[in-house]
Amino acid sequence: MAGASSASGMSAALTLIGKRFASSLLTLLLVSLTIFVIAQLLPGDAAQEALGQSATAEQVAALRHEMGLDRPAHIRYASWLTGMVSGDPGQSMVANMPVAEVIAERLPNSLLLAALSALVAVPVALAIGIGSAMNRGGRIDRALNIVTLSMVAVPEFLVATVAVLIFSVKLRWLPSIALVADDMTWGEYLRGVAMPILTLSIIVIAQMARMTRAAVIDQMDRPYVEMAVLKGVAPVRIVMRHIMPNAIAPIVNAMALSLSYLLGGAVIVETIFNYPGLASLMVNAVTSRDMPLLQACAMIFCAAYLILMLIADVTAILANPRLRAQ
Amino acid sequence: MSEAPHVEVKGLTVTARNAAGEMFPIVSDIDFALRRGEVLALIGESGSGKTTIALTLLGHARPGATISGGSIRVGDAELTKLDRSALAQLRGNRIAYIAQSAASAFNPSRTIMDQVIEPALIHDLMPRAQAEAKAVELFRALALPFPDTIGVRYPHQLSGGQLQRLMAAMALITDPELVILDEPTTALDVTTQIEVLRAFKAVVLERGATAIYVSHDLAVVAQMADQIVVLSQGRIREAGAAAQILHAPADDYTRTLMAAAHPAIRPAPEKIALPAAPLLEIRGLTAGYGKIGKDGRPRIPVLRDINLTIERGATLGVIGESGSGKSTIARVIAGLLPPASGQVLLDGEVLPPGLQGRSRDQFRRVQLVFQNADTALNPAHSVGRILARPLAFYHDLKGNAARMRVLELLDLIRLPATLIDRPIGGLSGGQKQRINLARALAADPQLILCDEVTSALDTVVGAAILELMAELRRELGIATMFISHDISTVRAICDDILVLYSGTMVETGPRAAFGVAPFHPYTDLLIGSVPEMRAGWLEESHAGAAPPPIGGTGDHPDLCRFLPRCAARVDGLCNTTPPPRRPLAKGSQILCHHGDESLIPS
Repeated sequence: MAGASSASGMSAALTLIGKRFASSLLTLLLVSLTIFVIAQLLPGDAAQEALGQSATAEQVAALRHEMGLDRPAHIRYASWLTGMVSGDPGQSMVANMPVAEVIAERLPNSLLLAALSALVAVPVALAIGIGSAMNRGGRIDRALNIVTLSMVAVPEFLVATVAVLIFSVKLRWLPSIALVADDMTWGEYLRGVAMPILTLSIIVIAQMARMTRAAVIDQMDRPYVEMAVLKGVAPVRIVMRHIMPNAIAPIVNAMALSLSYLLGGAVIVETIFNYPGLASLMVNAVTSRDMPLLQACAMIFCAAYLILMLIADVTAILANPRLRAQ
Repeated sequence: MSEAPHVEVKGLTVTARNAAGEMFPIVSDIDFALRRGEVLALIGESGSGKTTIALTLLGHARPGATISGGSIRVGDAELTKLDRSALAQLRGNRIAYIAQSAASAFNPSRTIMDQVIEPALIHDLMPRAQAEAKAVELFRALALPFPDTIGVRYPHQLSGGQLQRLMAAMALITDPELVILDEPTTALDVTTQIEVLRAFKAVVLERGATAIYVSHDLAVVAQMADQIVVLSQGRIREAGAAAQILHAPADDYTRTLMAAAHPAIRPAPEKIALPAAPLLEIRGLTAGYGKIGKDGRPRIPVLRDINLTIERGATLGVIGESGSGKSTIARVIAGLLPPASGQVLLDGEVLPPGLQGRSRDQFRRVQLVFQNADTALNPAHSVGRILARPLAFYHDLKGNAARMRVLELLDLIRLPATLIDRPIGGLSGGQKQRINLARALAADPQLILCDEVTSALDTVVGAAILELMAELRRELGIATMFISHDISTVRAICDDILVLYSGTMVETGPRAAFGVAPFHPYTDLLIGSVPEMRAGWLEESHAGAAPPPIGGTGDHPDLCRFLPRCAARVDGLCNTTPPPRRPLAKGSQILCHHGDESLIPS
């Protein structure tokens, strides 16, 4: 009887996850429409940009026709969307090569940087958040509070500049520019990206640690925690076995929000360290009116964001026995 | 040589820090001792320090409080001298705790079995398989359903009464020498309470453990305790053998507690010559949640075929256990939940079903008094502001006129006028409930709907609120619907009583009919489940006895709802035919196949 009920509960959870996945896809479709419309609203277009100020109206019109920019908007949207789905988001108008190739060159760099930063930031943020929650009101908690609050307040360009000043200029330990070449060893690569990782981590650790602390403290006053104390459960076990299963959903949600920043929000860090990532590519696409590239980058960032949110929601569904087992 | 006491508390003081940072005692000079296997009850109202004392026997003080003096000895261990890890070794091992609300004391994200065997595992007392086997054995002894598989469930899948028994299993898994029970049945319905008390008595007490039983209910304690300690404001008022405290209390405060537990029957005011139409009439009311089906029933029906009347100035008591739909009746009358079918008539005219369409005057005439004044009143607002709001809304009273009326209202609810500028957050529970009542009276209503207005209060404070309501009724002649789960309160103050079970009216009648048998089987169970203030009642009571076996039940939606629990059910009749509504000679109407002759006389 109990087995049957948990099996039906599991299928209920799967239905819920399926619905959540479908709504993510729908959101992505709406996002694509929004991106397309906004890109149309930007002044000027690639034909104008390519030919410069001195071009005549006829020359611009001819190039527009050649690029297919004079077709009606809905047809351009449909062809862009089908291209996007089949893996061909069009031709970059400025670089004059397929957008897919331009992105293929940069995307792995961005993903690697984001993954390495997450790898550093998530454990540190969890440790800080849980540590300060366990010492709530104590000295460690207050010290960690001051540290995380100042980390939230300091802008990333300042962190990056100070880091360059310390580690490159004074100590001469690390290069000030994150060069990425195909023939680098892992050691060289890590030395190169150490400072970008440091800067990005500092930004997201602070947010994640504060949310983790809040989520854990929210659970600490619940009667079941006092019950665990009165069962003689040790503090670490109380946090890991009793509090975490209940706090995990808000924590993962906060982490997903913070981590989504590591891809699209990395533009300042990429610029300062001259790191060949996706965010700086997108900024270049805006300045050069390279619409196909711009739209593809925006879609990637939105998709990454939606995937992270989906992971957070699925975690929340699986962590809640009311949704998991009915 | 007399045996040394098993548990001994001497000169215990617990202090807490107030908002100004000063230390002040919350309990002081507590002394008691009990021999191995004895049960000591700590009795008192909220704020008396009974839970604080109980927790010190686990070496625990809630955040903000510290055990600052005295000695607490359990067996050979002096708890005040132990450090955190030594205390952790004792807790859930030699000393076990059963919390007040099992529903919130179980971790919602972990299975029952995981939590029940955790004390045995973390103290390395036995391997997992052995602990699980022992847990199942305890589940069986505690009369839990499906003892072999209940462990894989999560807390939200079980009822409050089941969770409370599972908590007992969790406490007993390590065979503790001392068990602390902190108001373990307070959150339960009386009919569930009697089952849980029986299970506790059979399993906890008969294993020879010493126990400390915290409660505010003397009648419950009478069933369990050898010794009673009466507490008030952190000090012992009276201590002694249970029989002495219950039958010959020496202290005034104990006598007040005893008196509050037995509400005096108040005579109904003389009836004035009534106009033809009753004040409130409900006809054929069905209500619930979800879409309304073709048969006129909502998908999740809460109330079925409710018919009632309240005369001008009369009091109707609505009684039933949690989930019976008693609050829903008030919500329907107030317009918060439009009914699926049926009518609500006020003064002979049909009220619009929902909030939309009701006039301001119709709102004014029916006022709802919510159960919990703590959440119903904004704690940041002052008393004056809360009471002035309905005056401005219903009567356009402003400025000095409103202030005068607020002062009148404060006088009416017997509160000093000086409270007018105090924030609600600074008042006591009883004062807040009076303000809550005054807020309804400010509208100058004809009918007030009181939803469990005394159940969140201590018995003494609650008794004072009931006294106030009786006076108001004499002075103002307002009709009242009094919703409660406590049949003795309802019998004490109401003219007519309606017993609700699972949304159906199982028995209705004047108060006098509820003092004499026979009753509807459910009324009988309700009355029989109220603990009496004498030892041995629990063993003698037949309430909650197993019902006779019956065959399968049909799928007729109008079959008796009480059938699964009914001790008087008849196979072949109750499970096939909907029960008729029939009058009893004593003056009440019941929904049952039985009549005067065939009902069990109690």
